[in-house]
Order: sequence, then C-alpha cells, then structure tokens
Amino acid sequence: MPEQRVVEPDYLLLEAPREKKFITGSQAFAEAVKRANVDVAIAYPITPQSETMHLVGDLYAQGYVKDYYRAEEEYGAMSAIAGAVRGGARAFTATSGPGLLRGLEAIVSWPGHRIPAVLGVMTRVVNAPLSIQPDNVEISYLLNSGLVVLHAENQQDVFDFTLAGFVISEKVDVYLPVVVATEGFFVTHAKGYVELPPEDMKLPPRDPYKAPVPPTDCEIPPARIQRDAPVQKSNFMSYLIHAVWQQEVWSANRRAAKWIKHYLGGLIEVVNPDAEVFVVASGCAAAQGREAQRYATMEGLNVGLIKVKSLRPFPVDEIREALKNAKAVIVPEHNIVGWLAKEVKAAIPNSGIVVDGPRVYGGMTLPVELIMEEIYKAFGIKKEKKVVV
Amino acid sequence: MGLEYVRISPGFEKYMPRDYVDLVKYGPFGRKVDVMDMGQFKELVEEHPMCAGCYMAYFIRVFYTALPNPEDTIVIGTAGCARLALSQAAVPFIYGNYGDTNAVASGLKRALSIRFPDKHKDVVVIAGDGGLIDIGFGMTMHSWFRREKFTTIMVDNEVYGNTGGQESGMSPKGVQLKMAPLGKKFDKINAVELAKTAGCVYVARISPTNPKRIAKTIRRAILAARHFGPTFIHAYTSCNIEYSIPTREVLADARKREKQDFKFYEWMTDEVKEFLEEVERKEKQEVKK
Repeated sequence: MPEQRVVEPDYLLLEAPREKKFITGSQAFAEAVKRANVDVAIAYPITPQSETMHLVGDLYAQGYVKDYYRAEEEYGAMSAIAGAVRGGARAFTATSGPGLLRGLEAIVSWPGHRIPAVLGVMTRVVNAPLSIQPDNVEISYLLNSGLVVLHAENQQDVFDFTLAGFVISEKVDVYLPVVVATEGFFVTHAKGYVELPPEDMKLPPRDPYKAPVPPTDCEIPPARIQRDAPVQKSNFMSYLIHAVWQQEVWSANRRAAKWIKHYLGGLIEVVNPDAEVFVVASGCAAAQGREAQRYATMEGLNVGLIKVKSLRPFPVDEIREALKNAKAVIVPEHNIVGWLAKEVKAAIPNSGIVVDGPRVYGGMTLPVELIMEEIYKAFGIKKEKKVVV
Repeated sequence: MGLEYVRISPGFEKYMPRDYVDLVKYGPFGRKVDVMDMGQFKELVEEHPMCAGCYMAYFIRVFYTALPNPEDTIVIGTAGCARLALSQAAVPFIYGNYGDTNAVASGLKRALSIRFPDKHKDVVVIAGDGGLIDIGFGMTMHSWFRREKFTTIMVDNEVYGNTGGQESGMSPKGVQLKMAPLGKKFDKINAVELAKTAGCVYVARISPTNPKRIAKTIRRAILAARHFGPTFIHAYTSCNIEYSIPTREVLADARKREKQDFKFYEWMTDEVKEFLEEVERKEKQEVKK
C-alpha cells in the first residue's frame, strides 16, 4: 500500500490528474473506497454485490480501511454501519436486491438518525421467481426514504459518485446517507474505462463534530442528551417532533442538490437540448438511451437524451426546463413498475407526452431497438426501420 | 474528554435545574459511588415512565450507579420497556431498530476503538428477552461469536411487556399469555449456557434481590468486556402488570424466583478471574488508605 496523503475533496474530485484504467464496476467501487479514507466497512454477501465487498476486504488487509467484517446478515450489517457512523466513523457497505430489502428497516432509519454513510446498491431481482439478474425495481423502495440516491450509468459513474458520495453525505447541510446504485452484472462484472486520480491521495478524515447531530461518543455536552427523546412525550408532541424532523430530512435531501452539481456536474446530463423527442433514463438504461439517441441522429431524427444522475433529490426543475419544448418523452427502464416514468410524469405539466417504456425486467437486457421503436412511433414513422450500425 | 461534559459552565450554576446540579455534585461521574448513595442524585427517581412497582426500573437505577466509567459509557437499547427508563438517564443512549442492539453495539464499539485507542469507552446493551433472544437472536449470538468487547444485559421480564403481554422465548413453559392462548409450548431458553457456548468470557444470572451484588456483577461484566471479550448478564426483572404481581410483593416474587430459577450464578474464564481479583484487590487497598 502506498502512503497516502490527505488532499482536499475539491482537489481529489475535480483537479487531480487522472489516469485511464480498464476495470469492472466492482473494482470502481473499491477504487473509490481506496481513496475515501474509510474507517469501517461491514457487509453481508449477496450476488452480485459480493465481489465489491471482497475487494474492499482486500483494501482492509492492505491497510486502506481500518476495520472490516462479514456481518451475520444484512439487517446486522446495516445496523452495525449505523452504530459505527454514530460513533464518529466513516463507513461503507453494499448490497443487492433481497439483501437490500432484508436490511431496509435499518437503512430507512439512517436518514432520521442522520447517518452519513455510503451504500452501494448493485441492483438485482427482488420478486419471485428467483433470479440473480439486474432488475432495478429495488430502487423504488429507496426513493421515499430520505436517502440521497444516485444512479450510475457505467464504471466511471460508479467511481465518481461513490467518492463524491462520501463528501456530499458529510456536508453539514446535508448529513444524510448516499446510495450509489448501479445495475448488477451489467456494470459490476463488466469492464469499462475509468479515469482515476492517484491512489496515493485520500480524502481528509471524517470530522464528526462538524455535524448537525453530534456523534454518540461521550465527548459532547449536555449529559442528558436523550432526555427529551420524542418517543417519551405525549402523542401530540411525538407526532409533531417526528413531522418536523422528517421535513428537515427532506430539506437536507434537497440541499444535497448544490453539492451534486458541484462535484458531479449536475443532477442531469442533457444531450441535444433542442430536440423534439427525448429519451429520459437513468443507470444502464441511460447508456442504452445514449445509443438510441446516436442512432436516431444518424437517421436524421431530432432526438435528445436526459440522463438522470440524481434520483433523490429528484431534478424536478431541471427536467421541467429541459422538456419544456418536447413533443414526446420516452422513459426506458429496467423494472416492471416504471418508477422513473412516474417521477418524470409528476415533474412536468403535460404528463400525457410521456411514453411508459420500453421496460424490461427480470434482468433482461434492454435492446436499443426497443427504444428506437418508441422513437419512430413518436415521430409518426409507421414503417419499422432497421438500426444503422 | 470524559468528565468535561458533565460539568456546569461557570456562571450558569444558579440557572441549572436542581436535579442537574445534584447529578454533577453527587452523581457517579468521575468517582466511585456506592448503591447506598443513590438517593443523593436524581437518576430515575422521578419521571421515569415505567409502571408503578416495575422491578426493571429498580434494576436500571442500580445499573447506572454501578457503571465503572459512566462519563465514557454509551447504553444501547431496543424497543421494549427498558428503553423507556434508559433514555431518561444522564448517560448517552442509542435506541436502534427492532432487535438490532448487538449489531449497533458492534459497529459503535469498533468506531470508538478506532477513534479513541487509548481510552476506555464502555458500550453496554440493555434489552429485554424479546429483543435479545427472539427478534435479535442472530445479532446477539454473532456479536458473541465475533468476540465483540461489550456487555450485554438481558432484563428478563419473561414477556413482551411493552406491546401488551405476548409470550416470549424466555416465558416459562405452560404459562398462558397473549399469543400463547393454550400456554407456552416450550421451555425457557437457556440464555446463560448459550452465552458461554457462544464465547462470552463472563456470564452471570441474577435475581436482583441484593443491590450490592447487582452492582458488583455489572461492574465485573463491564471491566471484563473491556479487555477480554463479550460478557453477559441474565437478570430477572419481573413484569408486575402482565404476571399480576401486586406492587408490594414484587421483591418477594424476586426472592421466590431466585430460589426457583434464578439462583445467583457467575462464571468467568480463568484470565478474567485473575484480572478481576487483581482489580478488586487494588480497590480494597485504596479504600484502606
């Protein structure tokens, strides 16, 4: 392990020289953890997440991570992460599909406890019949929990979102867990080019006293820290305190937007802003949408792409602005429920222009042809055209 | 930092509530107090929301007096009766999710060990029979298998008191409780033997009839956990409501159960025994001085 020097987050994320590597998404997660000055990593195995946490275990063996163990199950892993972060540590864990749901009760309590941790979610089928393929229906469970949720398109996003995730989660005005979701296998087990800053640099350690909620380490006054725990009060007070606190959590979630813009260049990416028809997508579907946009342009069709990087906070204003002149909006997804289509419909005044799909699920791939079919329909092109390769 | 956080800022003395001043002046922070000193400072004397006559509240009050290092102790609880009192005291308290006490404690203890390698930051779990041996069973056991260095205290009222009286794994066989309409079908789980098998280095079973012995047991468990690994205390703390024990007979019930099922039992590894004997010998010498 090379000796690492602490550098400022802005330097490491935005300015440091980068070298191109050809690595898997799992490796990209680990490369981010390597530079994140992580204290504690705790995880329970589940496919396709396991490889990431094997690599993080190797980082522990090399000295990059200070403590690491294989938890008894996901609920135990997520609860232990909460304990470690409340004790002032910086923590990372990851899970997939059914594991996410098993740990969900603990995970959804993190925002209320103001737990600034980073959770990697490598999406996988949840519903029966069993499959280990990368359906991303599980993301819908995370969207209403108060967590910041970023959705990575490729290995480069995985690295950038994860490393930035630690910085964003610990901003005093945010102080929330950050989820970095990506499609399992498609990204985690496939290689892509990733521009990496030097491995002999790391983020400054977490300062747990720079926080809206202090760590539980017996170093902070007053002694009677839990004297007025809301659960002890009358129901009226309990409702009120809970309601106020939830509002604050969601306000904090919205405040994350400015840091996502600062470190990740915006909540959305727009390709061809003057288009008539847009593909709006996140994660791997954005990669397929990007290809569809390219093919459509080659065929002379005025199509644009909006890649949604941040699902929470959801870029309502940005999407509304980008789609103000659109005639049709196609939302391809890797799940049956269409959670992104619902979000997009809710964000714009003329939701009738949103096409619900195409959707694939159970872990199927999303052929570009499926998106092209919807593009042709949007332009009123009846004859199905072959994709130009 | 430790004691700094239980001092009153100069100039604020006359504005502080009386109970807080008493706590700082006479409480257990930074000095060893005896259970006989309990009446001098307010710690669960008033306002705790337990039922009248609750034996668990009494046990918890003695617990706070027994802590070897209350200024650097963090208590973790879970849903149930115990947390109602635990969250009222002047020691930081974490209330996790259902049954996750020993997982939270594992992460917390490790974080504190990284951040304060030269200090003793004691982590103590106090949870009920349902939290530790039913819903949180896996997390309890695995924290012991992993040899996590904190103390687990099971306040066993043999029932889910807080949710209204359902049978738990620790309820005695045959007892009729809600969700056991025909009586409980299996025996009380032997938590003490499980703890020994799972790797606890100090294990005790008590019916809290003797406050000095409670205090000594708790202190021993915490000191042993600091250096050697997980420790466990199984304490009978009756539920006078669900088991219909008249308030004035709560202590008599504890004595009766002590004879029947909760005879004082203490087990420790040889190295723990050697360590505690040395600590207690030094303490006696200091008292003599």
